[in-house]
Amino acid sequence: MNADSMSPPQLLPVGMTTGINNLAEIWVYLSATPLFGLTITLLAYVLADIVYQRTNRHPLANPVLIAVAMIIAVLTLTHTDYKTYFQGAQFVHFLLGTATVALAIPLARLWNELRARAIPLLIALFAGAATSVFVAVGIARLLDAPPLIVASLLPKSVTAPIAMAIAEQIGGSPTLAAVFTVCTGIIGALIVTPLLNLLGVRDWAARGFAIGVAAHGIGTARAYSVHPRAGAYASLGMGLHALLGAMVLPWVAKLVL
Amino acid sequence: MIAFFYPPLHDVDMIRGLAILLIFQSLGEGVTRFIHGLIPGPVMGMILLLAFLVLRKKIAPSIAVAADGLLAHLAIFFIPAAVGVMLYITTLKSAGAAWLLAILFSTAGAIAVTALLLKWVTKNPDDIAQTPDQPADQPIDSLS
Repeated sequence: MNADSMSPPQLLPVGMTTGINNLAEIWVYLSATPLFGLTITLLAYVLADIVYQRTNRHPLANPVLIAVAMIIAVLTLTHTDYKTYFQGAQFVHFLLGTATVALAIPLARLWNELRARAIPLLIALFAGAATSVFVAVGIARLLDAPPLIVASLLPKSVTAPIAMAIAEQIGGSPTLAAVFTVCTGIIGALIVTPLLNLLGVRDWAARGFAIGVAAHGIGTARAYSVHPRAGAYASLGMGLHALLGAMVLPWVAKLVL
Repeated sequence: MIAFFYPPLHDVDMIRGLAILLIFQSLGEGVTRFIHGLIPGPVMGMILLLAFLVLRKKIAPSIAVAADGLLAHLAIFFIPAAVGVMLYITTLKSAGAAWLLAILFSTAGAIAVTALLLKWVTKNPDDIAQTPDQPADQPIDSLS
């Protein structure tokens, strides 16, 4: 046995002295358990939500944006990698699927109204979806973005799991598509309120449907926090765009890429 | 203390509702595997639950309580995936501003086109005025 194997493993983060050895050991233990990722996710959301409520739900105080910025800062400062973080955060991530199923409830409440307005809603959906694809691909092409970026941008307004699958199918990168989808959701949630105020769209149904079509779940979360009716229409827009995207986008990609 | 041992019916109901949501999520996953489709399991689960509720013409209070509870904090469920952006910060920086401009303008365009079209295409704008801003978050048992 050589001397090296006898020395204790390096447990302390850089800069910590052995004087607080116990504290450091507790930290090393805690930061490696799922508890850490789970706790900072909830804590960051609670803080971000307080900021959001205190600013009277100002669009720039988007809770997803603030919470994500805080968590990335904490992970960077503590030298924690995303994989370790996700071990805890996965429990919250899992409930995203359950929350998606729950979107059926606001839709069921509005069912009769939605059926009566089906044709206007579908027309608006097709136009919004087409705008999203053609403007994104057009600008990316105009600015000489590499083909991998263009193909990953194409499905970015559809909900993340579908966008990832489509990107893979059309020669993009699923992980980049997921990143672009998240950015789309956050940007949509940031701009929707001032943009639609500027355009004079005052109807909660139209406002909600538009953000759901353009910015999927993160946009829908914004709509829910503003008005339940906007939230219900946003979930409809997101759900319909998910179905349309899955069926149509692989074919659209063949035409425009 | 008393509330702990004799919880209000609401609390019990919420777990029941959550169980139903999870059943439909599982059904959705199953159907998606079966048809080898692109539609993700949760979206399929949402469609199945919507069909169930509409056919039944009734939303059980337990489902409504669980769903409203989850949807009130919809934003939190996107955080773990969104933190994953940290893995690509350097890639995105080196890729220039093209992707950011493309996302900004296409998202703004999609929001504007969808909202304006819906505003113009709606034949009878009065039907919006007839349904005032009633809070939809109160549990409604009937779909009348």
